[in-house]
Amino acid sequence: MTAASPSPRVPAEAGKERSMSLQKQMIAGHYSALSRAPQEGRKVVYTFVPGNLTELLRSFDLLPVLPEINALQSGMRKLSGDYIAEAEKHGHSEDVCTYVKCDIGMLKKGNIGPTGERLPPPDLLLLSYTGCFTFMKWFELLRQEYDCPVAMLHVPYQSEGRILPHHVEYIVQQLRTEVIPKLEAVSGRRYDEDRLREMLRLSAQAEDDLVWVLESAKHVPSPIDAYFGGVYYIGPMFTAFRGTAEGVAYYRVLREEVEARLRAGLGPLTPEGSQGKERYRLVMEGPPNWTSFREFWKMFYDEGAVVVASSYTKVGGLYDGGFRHDPKRPLETLAEYCMGCYTNLGLPTRVALLERYIREYRADGFMINSIKSCNSFSVGQLLMLRQLEQSTGVPGGFIESDLVDPRYFSAANIKNRIESYLQMLEQKRIGVNA
Amino acid sequence: MSPELVSLIQRAQELNDDFELTAVRAWKEAGAGRKAIGHMPIYVPRELIHAAGMLPVGIVGAGERLEIIRGDAYFQSYICHIPRSTIELALSHRLDVLDGMLFPSICDVIRNLSGMWTMLFPDRYVRYVDLPQNFEPATGGVYWRRELETLREDFARLSGRPINDDALRHSIAVYNENRSTICELYRARSRQPWVYPTSEVYVLVRAANVLPPEDHTALLREYLRLAPLETDRRDRDQSRVVLVGTFCEQPPLGLLLTLERAGCWVVDDDLLLGLRWIMGDISCDGDPLQALVEAFLTRSVETAARYLPEGKHGGALVDSVRRNRAEGVIFCAPSFCDPALLEQPMLVAALDREGIPHTQFKYSEDTGQFAVIREQAGTFSDSIRLWSQA
Ligand code: SF4
Ligand code: SF4
Repeated sequence: MTAASPSPRVPAEAGKERSMSLQKQMIAGHYSALSRAPQEGRKVVYTFVPGNLTELLRSFDLLPVLPEINALQSGMRKLSGDYIAEAEKHGHSEDVCTYVKCDIGMLKKGNIGPTGERLPPPDLLLLSYTGCFTFMKWFELLRQEYDCPVAMLHVPYQSEGRILPHHVEYIVQQLRTEVIPKLEAVSGRRYDEDRLREMLRLSAQAEDDLVWVLESAKHVPSPIDAYFGGVYYIGPMFTAFRGTAEGVAYYRVLREEVEARLRAGLGPLTPEGSQGKERYRLVMEGPPNWTSFREFWKMFYDEGAVVVASSYTKVGGLYDGGFRHDPKRPLETLAEYCMGCYTNLGLPTRVALLERYIREYRADGFMINSIKSCNSFSVGQLLMLRQLEQSTGVPGGFIESDLVDPRYFSAANIKNRIESYLQMLEQKRIGVNA
Repeated sequence: MSPELVSLIQRAQELNDDFELTAVRAWKEAGAGRKAIGHMPIYVPRELIHAAGMLPVGIVGAGERLEIIRGDAYFQSYICHIPRSTIELALSHRLDVLDGMLFPSICDVIRNLSGMWTMLFPDRYVRYVDLPQNFEPATGGVYWRRELETLREDFARLSGRPINDDALRHSIAVYNENRSTICELYRARSRQPWVYPTSEVYVLVRAANVLPPEDHTALLREYLRLAPLETDRRDRDQSRVVLVGTFCEQPPLGLLLTLERAGCWVVDDDLLLGLRWIMGDISCDGDPLQALVEAFLTRSVETAARYLPEGKHGGALVDSVRRNRAEGVIFCAPSFCDPALLEQPMLVAALDREGIPHTQFKYSEDTGQFAVIREQAGTFSDSIRLWSQA
């Protein structure tokens, strides 16, 4: 899966908003710090987006690397096909998650990151494991490649739609006995809870602004696209910038921009400028495709379809349900954050969330992009489709693609499906109004 | 083959083939208020179900003989087969006899299937059994105990009878015996695979899915008694292999027969691994819940669905090759099985380090054509025999 912050090149092309250049600078700065890390003696921790412990890492002055982000950026930069082929040449099955193969292929080909600089090897693999079993295998595979310690954080699944106290205790105990000691060992610093609290306070501040931005799509017409645009908005939050002053500044600027768009009555910003008349409001379930991201997006905005809410922008944290990192309970809040990420929710909870989105965002329809790679997202989506249609009376569309394997993006087919789905919505609308 | 042996194997085969779960129905009808709890692979603590006076029923899909009519409408083409046949069984009311269903945390497919079950069958008892991936007593141990306590309460409520420690200790003993009998059979097969061919052993062991453990142990004992009496079972010049990747979706029996016909004796495997998840006996003294916890933390098998905190993957596989004097390994995983297929390169690396030959192919529970597998397994078997003679 997972999220965020596509190629630093793209936001600049996608428009001229200040938040975009800010994000571009932040990402470039981060990758440059990573490439200098070995010389400067800074330590690097590889970890995952969903259930990431960015504030905790940062409180030890450790630099995070997120292999999922590298994979999605490789997808956008059209490198993923070769990387996947490389991994398959090394014996990885064609059947498994392509994020893993893309990452392993990239490693085999020299570990050159998205800005063209070499990524440093990890000093620690922080296997925080939220919402997907593949993560566990992924870092077990990386452990074979690198001679470094692994810290494992097992996050129980919210199968019953609620977080149980002993689940939080289990995670906190793992943080205390497994994760923090390893972070101390690798960084050479003591755990500093006050510092962590301060970072969590900054997180909550940025989270407020992110939620405001995402919820601006409740407005008709919407000033944002909460899926294709949304993946840019979640970038800093889901990756390396939660708990930082830069992150806070980014979300403040972004919010101001969206406020301005709202005041000016502008639609979402697309790579070709502001989107015109909003014809369809959609809710989207499932990750996007990265190899043809722009083409995919265009299929929607050309038809006047705006995604007003999406589940993918919740994989690295579900903030619009009210959760905020709470500096008063630093480790507990991290535990609750991990448990609350979207794919860690049981299927009935996922359906309920999408139902709420369809209702609250006044969507005309919803669409599922089913990802071949990702059992975590995909298993059960056909049932979700039915249930949602039944409970909301709103028709659903279903398309299939992959995250970073270009072999599974059939543009003509997908375009066809989207067009006929939107036509169907149109006819329904005419039928209702007639 | 003696008529007793024929009828023993036939009985087990019928139990495996019976999608209507007739044996489970019969067991329930034989006593007032009896209940049965189904579970998916790999591991659930069946002792707790048994101690509540209920019957644990292993559900492993429907193999190749059930036509999938509704199941395919629930799963995309790139998802393994076991969830679709399992849903098919449920939607066609064949699992109505089960009073509850457990979904252990082995992969995202089974995890999400638990949610689908909740949505499709809102009136039934469904529980996701979230096994710990932390094996420290004060962390994973405390957590797992809480989860087991919840299961214990749930099962007591469902069965209408509290699970006291003596009952649980008794059930632990019953399952210890069952596991040790299965292991005895595995050891016997490893010594003389021509006496206990895998195509029979598998059928017999699999009957554990629907039989009460006491009856299943008796069935295996009978097989252990009868098989060596077959005078025409002689050693053949076949290669000895370990089969890996079959812990969840089961290969069709035809595939196991094909391997044997292609010249391979399977001397170890991970078929139906949940029945042998805990290695060795679980303590019957002291606090029985704690004994279950301790066994899980310290004596779980090494498999793809479990985090391996230390060391390199493949240690257990290499040990198995050595212990069973195997000459090679066959990776045989269900198509689209993330855990098995992601684990495979790590296991391959371990075998390569030791110079152990291996080959690999995929199956689906409804695979019906074995010509390619036969050829591949045959070539592999020939090559390792040549290798070991060289
Ligand atoms: S299976 Fe899905 S959630 Fe898991 S690593 Fe792959 S893309 Fe991410
Ligand atoms: S066959 Fe593999 S992927 Fe499918 S349910 Fe079983 S463990 Fe999961």
